[in-house]
Amino acid sequence: MTHPPDPGPAPVLALRDVTKSFGAVRALRGVSLELFPGEVHALAGENGAGKSTLIKTLAGVHRPDAGQVLLDGEPVVFHGPGDARDAGIAVIYQEPTLFPDLSIAENIFMGRRPRRALGRIDHKATHAATAALMKRLGVDLDPDRPARGLSIADQQIVEIAKALSFDARVLIMDEPTAALTGSEVARLFGVVRTLREQGAAVLFISHRLEEIFEICQRVTTLRDGARIAGEPLAGMTEDDLVRRMVGRDLDELYPKQDVTPGEVALSVRRLTREGVFTDVSFEVRCGEIVGLAGLVGAGRTEVARAVFGIDRWDAGEVEVDGRRLANGAPSIAMAAGLALVPEDRRAQGLVMDMSIERNIGLTGLRTTVRAGLVDRGAERSRSLDWAVKLQVKYARIADAVSTLSGGNQQKVVLAKWLATGPKVLIVDEPTRGIDVGTKAEVHRLLSQLAADGVAVLMISSDLPEILGMADRVLVMHEGRLTAEIPRSDATEETVMAAATGRAAA
Amino acid sequence: MTVTTPNPTPLAEAPPSSGTRLVDRVFRMRELAILAVFLVMIAVTQAGNSEFLSEQGVKDLLLNATILVLVATGQSLVVITRNVDLSVGSTLGITAFAAGDYLHGGGNPVVAVVLAVLLGVGFGLLNGLLVSLGQVPALVVTLGTLYIIRGVDSIWVGSRQITAADLPGGFVDFGSGGISAVPWLALIALAVLAATAYYLKHYGSGRELYALGSNPEAARLAGIPVRKRILAAYTVCGALAGLAGAMYLARFGNVDSGTGNGYELTVVSAVVVGGVAFTGGSGSVYGAALGGLLLTSVNSVLPALGVSSVWVLAINGVLLLLAIAVDRIVALRVAAALKKRSARRRTAPTKENAGA
Ligand SMILES: Nc1ncnc2c1ncn2[C@@H]1O[C@H](COP(=O)(O)OP(=O)(O)OP(=O)(O)O)[C@@H](O)[C@H]1O
Ligand SMILES: [Mg+2]
Repeated sequence: MTHPPDPGPAPVLALRDVTKSFGAVRALRGVSLELFPGEVHALAGENGAGKSTLIKTLAGVHRPDAGQVLLDGEPVVFHGPGDARDAGIAVIYQEPTLFPDLSIAENIFMGRRPRRALGRIDHKATHAATAALMKRLGVDLDPDRPARGLSIADQQIVEIAKALSFDARVLIMDEPTAALTGSEVARLFGVVRTLREQGAAVLFISHRLEEIFEICQRVTTLRDGARIAGEPLAGMTEDDLVRRMVGRDLDELYPKQDVTPGEVALSVRRLTREGVFTDVSFEVRCGEIVGLAGLVGAGRTEVARAVFGIDRWDAGEVEVDGRRLANGAPSIAMAAGLALVPEDRRAQGLVMDMSIERNIGLTGLRTTVRAGLVDRGAERSRSLDWAVKLQVKYARIADAVSTLSGGNQQKVVLAKWLATGPKVLIVDEPTRGIDVGTKAEVHRLLSQLAADGVAVLMISSDLPEILGMADRVLVMHEGRLTAEIPRSDATEETVMAAATGRAAA
Repeated sequence: MTVTTPNPTPLAEAPPSSGTRLVDRVFRMRELAILAVFLVMIAVTQAGNSEFLSEQGVKDLLLNATILVLVATGQSLVVITRNVDLSVGSTLGITAFAAGDYLHGGGNPVVAVVLAVLLGVGFGLLNGLLVSLGQVPALVVTLGTLYIIRGVDSIWVGSRQITAADLPGGFVDFGSGGISAVPWLALIALAVLAATAYYLKHYGSGRELYALGSNPEAARLAGIPVRKRILAAYTVCGALAGLAGAMYLARFGNVDSGTGNGYELTVVSAVVVGGVAFTGGSGSVYGAALGGLLLTSVNSVLPALGVSSVWVLAINGVLLLLAIAVDRIVALRVAAALKKRSARRRTAPTKENAGA
């Protein structure tokens, strides 16, 4: 893990004193950064620190207000993402940017497809190249299927394939692993290492610190748009890094309170959705946090969606507080006290053009509507309350959610559902894309909710989170529940064994 | 500590998936469905009136569809990019008159056609520039140009009228001539249609039209020259409306300031009936052309069956709603199928992992 940056080669890509503002928000203040060939460089910082803005500046999406972008030591001006791409810069953006109507192959090669005579597209070559990329990443996605309906993880994989599809000199990745589990991350890192050895420069963002230490050699830390440090990772500890990001020591990351579980609040019996999951039975009691672990695609999200009524189930039943829920009826589930914080926040969790305040207020309309009108005062105070609790970073509460950084959008989704005061809370990847500081805060909140008697079902691909927070761990594999492990026996080994199907034998 | 799976078994080759190009198949089925409706309608009419499919009958059917097919092809390009061009009716009217006026003054027919096309290109460019530069919805912009072009047309044309007698005989003959039942004009429209379809499928810039209709923000990030593409789509749309104007003149020989009034709505209906999604990113020009054929043939079918033509509009409306409903249902079905398939696929490789 000790690859000190070679002082010899010049940086391929660099930023010098770059400043970028959005209205009153100063997203970047005089930031400098150098990327050398053959290094993987981490970019660390809290939600809203300016990481994505920095990346978009390198990618030609944003033009800096002041300062320069340097390519091979020479100042350049990228007039658009196309210019940056032509300069050999591949970018994976934080939010997937796919064309739902086009095939995966077309998504990957959009703009630079293999050609035949007369400039026509070589559909066969495109297909073959995509299949080869999928193989390299170790996934089995049909190049010809449209991107519509792909899970978040699969979308992320297509984005990665897109970035790898041309021989980039610089690969920039904004939280590429946020939706992935261990084995997929390992594959990605394998590919990244190969690229690094071939002399590419890689810029990597992740809120999972262990990933930063695993794959990166140097780290640049941002806080409130300013560069705090740029240094080798060798010799640093996670605590050092957190201190640079947050500016203080961190509270305990998994503040789990001990509670004695009460009555059964959610009971799922022999739930089956054909071809997706089979015979899933479990209970969650008041005051309990139950973790639901498994590899990407094991069917965890699908179970949650069915329980909440978004998708229909083919067999089985769901009870909340002893009352059976109707099949495929989210409004009935909500009325029964069920809340679901969904995985895909952009598509299912938020109205992007609406204000933060209104987004948080949406689910509370039942309590804030008086005589048919929305009580804006009540809505605002409730929203402010939750925005403060979750440390959402915003300029004004009336700003559109789309102007928030990725992690802060996630916090708004959480706030929106927590504000309903549910009896049973299902959270799907509650801390995906959330920085360490707030992660601890979210965990404290979940723990507090459980202590107040809420039954919590937590789906997470972050194994330490499952182990740190859950009273019991349910593990799914290929659409079936393969294990139920009490907190005392839950370790990385037992959970992973069940998740890969090795324990079942 | 990232958990590394200890045995990353190489994956088996993806099985030759049974449902490849699900989306393509849906489109094709969508087109075949319209074709089937069309054929059934023709068959029923023929059974009720054996004169219907005479040589002249077929020719009329094709001639009626030709102009609509041409304009609908151009409109599809624009609709695929998640925009719309409402000014096509006005463009058709003014270009038809301009070509007629020129021929009336003793001009050359070929030059007249080129003139009409160039005029259409001009209006297309205007629309394209306004839509791609101003951040104003296309619906509003082209509604504006619809009125502007119509207004200019009215002022310029006044109460004047072009009739077949003002035109060179050869030009008018060409408009109604052809190889037995197949009119020349229909052949031209077919050639344009096939070329456009080929371009959309096999050229990068064609696929980019779909891409930017499917997700405009992603298109920008992918480095697609969004403005240039939108401008091009409008320009071609305008050019085809101009060509259609010249054809209109050749076919009917009769043009005044009201020509093409309200035509844009027929065109948009044809496009939607043909399965080109108004939300952009999907559909084909063949579909739009079949939609046009279906709508215009309703016009000829009703009189042939002795039904009053007051029903035409109502029937067109029903077809439109039916098409939208079918598209919606099919979209939901496809989405569900894709979800299930990816869930099923996901579970496949891990099985091998477990066995290893
Ligand atoms: N288009 C925009 N309009 C207004 N404000 C913006 C815009 N994009 C970013 N911002 C603001 O700039 C700041 C930095 O955002 P950025 O997305 O770079 O954060 P980040 O470090 O990537 O955070 P995260 O870890 O949550 O993804 C935030 O305060 C954000 O609200
Ligand atoms: Mg970000």
